[in-house]
Amino acid sequence: MERDDIIEYSLDAHHGEEEGRRIRRKIWAVTGLLAVVTTIEVAVGAYWKEWFDASAWNMIKLLYVVLTLVKAGYIVAVFMHLGDERRNIRAIILLPYALFILYLLWIAIWESNYVHHLWTEFL
Amino acid sequence: MAGEATKALSNDVLWGGGRSPFSISYGKMMMWFFLVSDALTFSGLLVAYGFARHATTDSWPIGEEVFRALPFIHGDFPLIYVALMTAILIFSSVTMVLAVEAGHRMDKKGVIKWLFLTVIGGAFFVGSQAWEWSHFIHGGGGYITTADGSKYWVHNDDHDTHDPANAAGFHLVKAMPGHYLKPAEGDHAHVEGAEALALWNERVAYIDGANMVRNEYGPPQYANFFFFITGFHGFHVFSGVVINLIVLLMVMRGVFHRRGHYEMVEKAGLYWHFVDLVWVFVFTFFYLL
Repeated sequence: MERDDIIEYSLDAHHGEEEGRRIRRKIWAVTGLLAVVTTIEVAVGAYWKEWFDASAWNMIKLLYVVLTLVKAGYIVAVFMHLGDERRNIRAIILLPYALFILYLLWIAIWESNYVHHLWTEFL
Repeated sequence: MAGEATKALSNDVLWGGGRSPFSISYGKMMMWFFLVSDALTFSGLLVAYGFARHATTDSWPIGEEVFRALPFIHGDFPLIYVALMTAILIFSSVTMVLAVEAGHRMDKKGVIKWLFLTVIGGAFFVGSQAWEWSHFIHGGGGYITTADGSKYWVHNDDHDTHDPANAAGFHLVKAMPGHYLKPAEGDHAHVEGAEALALWNERVAYIDGANMVRNEYGPPQYANFFFFITGFHGFHVFSGVVINLIVLLMVMRGVFHRRGHYEMVEKAGLYWHFVDLVWVFVFTFFYLL
């Protein structure tokens, strides 16, 4: 008996040769982008002291975080093809995660600032 | 690049809205839910690391000063080995996405080729991490602490850490106060001969390499975080390689071709990309910052 309450989506994911060529071009473009970003990160990490002075460190940290988020965004959207899924599925995956992590980051930065202050003042 | 499924569905099986809300198969959705919870675990670890790093700013070791060796080659290569590991993992992620794409065209040969390369890349990464651990645990010779609290790096020609004082070329290099790895400036930093031997004999501690209790790179938590975060990630990579290998064998036996779709490759691929994604964050927050 065929059940009508289970919808089989797996068979609809197929695509043809033409579509495949387009997708592969996109994959290689993203690969190039990830390689370039990683190269920049490593070069800056290893040699920034020769290129800039110590005051640049905070800007470099910020640059790292931004570049990491760019890389993560491309991996999730293109390699894990979340960008091609329906808006509902993107929302139920990204929003609860973002909610937890933004709170965790905020409390961790707040508390570690305080601990740092205590250690430098009283130790 | 599955895209959302575009099946025309009878209104009888749909929710009140008249269209399927997610258009995604059960297996893929559950894999995503698992990945979200796993991502929260990794985030917890990295945020805990960030907390320790941020609270102790000055005495915390810096990635580019700890990780600067390559296997088989002598010399100074800051972060190059970690960058190589990152490149290996990103490329194995690319071969994985190409395997998924081949699966959507029912191209069995293509899936086998790309999935095989993915397994090879993953195995290379696990091997690289084993070398990295071994190098981290054995360390670079270690340092001694003297009664007045100053630190001296121990050097000798044979990299002997059991009895370094009697090895050829034994000498000490004073470390910058408050900083574990940086040698102090000036001529007095380099100590040789009888003076070095005297300092060695009145040492209060000799810390060499790394274990869970203490390490030569910095505070004990530094090595603990290194072992736990890269170890937890490495275990994910290892299990990913095993999963990919099982899926590869099933593809070769034609299981998915008979089933009519290669969704299992896609689900294994989601896990594999996630492992790559986590490494992108570990790379930035553990090694770069």
